[in-house]
Amino acid sequence: MGSLAPERVAELERHANDIRQGIIRSLLAAGSGHSGGSLDMADIFAALYFHVMRHDPKNPDWAERDRLLLSCGHIAPVRYSAMAYAGYFPVDELLTLRHFRTRLQGHPERVSLPGLETTSGPLGEGLAQGTGMALGAKMDHKDWRVYVVTSDGEHQCGLHWEAMMTAAKFKLDNLTCFIDRNVIQIDGSTEDVMPLEPLADKYRAFNWEVFEVNGHDVGAIVDAVEAAKAVRGKPQVIIAHTVMGKGVSFMEGDYLWHGKPPKRDEADEALRQLQTARDLIGAGARG
Amino acid sequence: MTNAASAAMHLTDYGNGDALKLVPTRNGFGTGLVEAGERDANVIAICADLSESTRMEAFSKRFPDRYVEIGVAEQMLVAMAAGLASVGKVPFIASYAMFNPGRSWEQVRTTMALNETNVKIAGAHAGVSVGPDGATHQAIEDIAIMRVIPKMTVVVPCDSVQTRKATLAVAARWGPTYLRFARAESAVITTEDTPFEVGVAQTFRDGDDVAIIACGILVYNALIAADELARDHGIACRVVNNHTIKPMDEAAVVAAARDCGAVVTVEEHQVHGGMGSRVAEILAAQQPVPIEFIGVQDRFGQSGAPTELVEHYGMGVTAIREATLRAHARKRAAR
Ligand SMILES: Cc1ncc(C[n+]2csc(CCOP(=O)(O)OP(=O)(O)O)c2C)c(N)n1
Ligand SMILES: [Mg+2]
Repeated sequence: MGSLAPERVAELERHANDIRQGIIRSLLAAGSGHSGGSLDMADIFAALYFHVMRHDPKNPDWAERDRLLLSCGHIAPVRYSAMAYAGYFPVDELLTLRHFRTRLQGHPERVSLPGLETTSGPLGEGLAQGTGMALGAKMDHKDWRVYVVTSDGEHQCGLHWEAMMTAAKFKLDNLTCFIDRNVIQIDGSTEDVMPLEPLADKYRAFNWEVFEVNGHDVGAIVDAVEAAKAVRGKPQVIIAHTVMGKGVSFMEGDYLWHGKPPKRDEADEALRQLQTARDLIGAGARG
Repeated sequence: MTNAASAAMHLTDYGNGDALKLVPTRNGFGTGLVEAGERDANVIAICADLSESTRMEAFSKRFPDRYVEIGVAEQMLVAMAAGLASVGKVPFIASYAMFNPGRSWEQVRTTMALNETNVKIAGAHAGVSVGPDGATHQAIEDIAIMRVIPKMTVVVPCDSVQTRKATLAVAARWGPTYLRFARAESAVITTEDTPFEVGVAQTFRDGDDVAIIACGILVYNALIAADELARDHGIACRVVNNHTIKPMDEAAVVAAARDCGAVVTVEEHQVHGGMGSRVAEILAAQQPVPIEFIGVQDRFGQSGAPTELVEHYGMGVTAIREATLRAHARKRAAR
């Protein structure tokens, strides 16, 4: 039993469902882009934007905000959708994703859209920048926190491990890293392409505090973040076990959905499934 | 449109819209690599989690024992390949040009070039024609960073057929090499009978009013612009396919400038530091003439459709026509 009241959990599940529907609509309009990872991180982004983070959608440059970095920029649709539903910009703007002159670039660009914190897409660079921000907050005795969302595939980049060492060296307990542990990357399973396991042990060996969570249980996600925030003297990682394409039956667990958008009929079916799930939220069934 | 030079080069009927074939240059790399593997048992392939989009997949199926998957680790890609080359292999290493060689520049310089190892970098998805992925994935500085390294060979073929030949040629030829290709479908200009040799530029169209020196998939735009200028303005352009950026065919570049008296360079790359810059270096020293530079003008790309972006960043047929007219006018004014 988590700490959140059931009604609050249901609210967050509805936000996650909205985010998923926004992802499907924007990817359909774009005609290209990454469905699988975007969908599987919807619950984490719902928890971050609608419960965990200190932020103000009307004042994205607020100096005291928590910083959220999306290191695996290819899943930008989940962030754009979460930001739109949180009030950063009109939901309709999601339909401009990946179009010429859009603020919603195929991979996130900080100078293009307020509230993004970094430019990303080239993998493995988020934790290093987050480490810099967290160290800056410490230098200035600020109490805002840094959250970095990473993919499992980008754990094959050397720079990420350089950042892990550095964050531990400086005892950056104001830094929390999420891992989208869907065990999938472009060429197949991460464990076939370049094995990451035992991933939790590797983080522990690098002097990080490790939490593992079902990445589709919003209540458990919120509790994990609270536990992470209570840690002193160490950066924390939350390994979120996720299912690629979560919420759309024909995408779930299939690596072929890493980098393609739904076609019209697939999008219709996906939205139908998501709406059915939404109607059941709070009625004992899961969203 | 018939022209002695294009006949000698056995080009396709590229100007005939109905007959025009569109194939991504990366496809030529995929077929060429399998053939290179058949010809030489030392040819191996290493990929960084992009086997399908770089077209290494066919090689991985044909030669599973000579295929190495290393995940998202482009610095590893180069340094490990240098090790394999040191023990006699001929490694082709593939990822997007933005990361390979974009992320691994110092490893390329030290472990490939300074160390003199026979590694072949295959840089996929170069240029703004990558399209909707946006600026983070559009490599438009890669020619510059590769051509400044001593001992490197840099090849940018003009279509899929030529990319296949270039893959075979660089496999057979010793030396650290960068081979660049693109994602989008692009016009097939050359045929099986078109010659190809690393370091030998090709005159695809003859003329003596202005020389358009181009590389990569924009050679097609250069040819179309030249045809239109002949038709509309009676200006006879020489179109040179300058596929080898390093070592560049200096004699061909100097001859084009001498015969035409004005030059336009065309590349899907920043105008600073790329193929056109090398042409300017050569001509400033040996045959100064007016030069106009077609390419990205010191900006980053963005999301959009491939042709939309090529137009927006000033590399479309109209932009090449206008630059050619400017070069022509400057030449006349100087006389
Ligand atoms: C440095 C770098 N190399 C290669 C790529 C191309 N690329 C995009 S996503 C990806 C890996 C996909 O795996 P993961 O990050 O786990 O994402 P998921 O498929 O789970 O969404 C790769 C290799 C990249 N974006 N950056
Ligand atoms: Mg993954």
